[in-house]
Amino acid sequence: MSIKILNGGLMTTVQDMGRFGYQASGMQVSGVMDVYSASIANTLVGNDVRAAVLETTFLGPELEIMDSCLIAVAGGLPELMVDGQKVECYKALRLNKGQKLRCGGMSQGIRSYIAVAGGFSVPEILESRSTNLKLGIGGLEGRQLAAGDILAIGEPSDFAKAILAGKAMPGSCRPVTGQGDVTELRVVLGPQDNYFSSTTINEVFAQGIYTVSNNSDRMGYRLEGEPVKWENDKDMITDGIVFGSVQIPPNGQPIIMMADHQTTGGYPKIATVISADLPVLAQCTPGTRVHFSIVTVQEAQRIYREFVSGLNNRLENIKRSPVGKNKVVNYELKVNGQLFQVSVEEM
Amino acid sequence: MTDVKILINGDKAVSVEFGQEISLHINHKVTALKTVLESEKITGIEELIPTYCSLLIIYDPLILDYDTLKDKLNLLLDKLDSVSLPEKRVIEIPVAYGGEYGPDLSEVAALHNMTPEEVIRLHAAPEYPIYMLGFVAGFPYLGGMNKAIATPRKKTPRLRIVSGSVGIAGEQTGIYSVESPGGWQIIGRTPLKLYDATREKPVLLEAGQYIRFKPISDDEFKAMME
Repeated sequence: MSIKILNGGLMTTVQDMGRFGYQASGMQVSGVMDVYSASIANTLVGNDVRAAVLETTFLGPELEIMDSCLIAVAGGLPELMVDGQKVECYKALRLNKGQKLRCGGMSQGIRSYIAVAGGFSVPEILESRSTNLKLGIGGLEGRQLAAGDILAIGEPSDFAKAILAGKAMPGSCRPVTGQGDVTELRVVLGPQDNYFSSTTINEVFAQGIYTVSNNSDRMGYRLEGEPVKWENDKDMITDGIVFGSVQIPPNGQPIIMMADHQTTGGYPKIATVISADLPVLAQCTPGTRVHFSIVTVQEAQRIYREFVSGLNNRLENIKRSPVGKNKVVNYELKVNGQLFQVSVEEM
Repeated sequence: MTDVKILINGDKAVSVEFGQEISLHINHKVTALKTVLESEKITGIEELIPTYCSLLIIYDPLILDYDTLKDKLNLLLDKLDSVSLPEKRVIEIPVAYGGEYGPDLSEVAALHNMTPEEVIRLHAAPEYPIYMLGFVAGFPYLGGMNKAIATPRKKTPRLRIVSGSVGIAGEQTGIYSVESPGGWQIIGRTPLKLYDATREKPVLLEAGQYIRFKPISDDEFKAMME
């Protein structure tokens, strides 16, 4: 089973949940930028959430189906076409040999996740299939996808096979984003908030509106806005970094560390974006205006527990919905401030 | 323990900072805490990342919350002084100095009015502590270079420095674990692979260990590469 890449798009890579366990050696985690959407795409096609998916960036790829398969696209919303006909995202699609799936420009978000039943079966490197572009490992030859590439597909689950055989209806669900003009990013202060005066933290960092710059990628999101000035101008000694660390370089313009971040760095980190808001940030296009609001670590962990249970409920609903049902079932879910409608169609 | 800070890195990590200076004394405390946590096996702790003065602890907040972790850490920190460090391990790194492997050796020697042999002797003498790994996979941050051979970076960085290159940048010495551009003065090259993703242990070195450079001939280098 395989899929052929006819056009790699702007920047498409194979990713899974990341290469954990090697950060002490200086190896980046990599993995999907938006864990939430990748989990939904995988669940729609009956995969474990950890299966490898394609992460596309703004202009997605064009794929040729080499063997009949089940595919779903979630996350950013591209113009999705099968053989020139518009089809829906957030829905498992049965595609036949020879059909072509094209992911055009996105009307919302910047990264979408293409999951195929069985997962993309590239070799595991250090227990992960994620592409690490810097080291040139993982994914397909450690690089972004290009025309002519062939990607092997694993064995679909029984759930996916039932849908492929026409014995069950594909599930679907649809996100309605609740973000207004300015995207709120909740942060926990630290570890180096002592490099900044409380005035800078409360009246600049937490009050300002920052714009995501064009110079943003899988390593980091660079923001532009009122500079966050160091109070303490002594250089700090390099220490560890996490996904979501908000570094303040000497020019005062924040850089938020993303999935491909280095494991260590030498700029003070004023705060860390909470885990529940990282999927939202990962979908911010250049030009998006963001605003930081400070929460305590205890609040952040409570929000994280709600985020995970909201996601799990949603995934359970997708899994429960199609098999053996003949009527339409609709769900409305509010998760993390976003309203989701989930529906299962009649056969 | 005084001067120790438990710093918050969002909802999934804390770093325990033992001070703000690059010294063996402080780095040993980082290694001691890492050693204790590895033996305690606290459920919910997922990854430990040692750096110069602090240990970054990655944990799963669904299993272990911040307040519980902080209490556990404070208890362990109180008895950290009694922890014995792992036995000192010195790893020998064979290096072919000068020539095609170390194109900047003669320039470094000339700058200090030394012979290339003298630079090699000073560079190969110490046991260098590995304070941490970072920047890219397998890159060691070393301490302890003799200041007599400290050399500023090259004015124009090279676009490509092959992996295994041994260089000097200011008062630091290091080994390129991965091919990359860079401005270090390259004085030699090791045939050892510090990083190899296809190996069971992909990264050769660990923070807390020591390395010593052992001069080898070009022929020995070639033989080891085969």
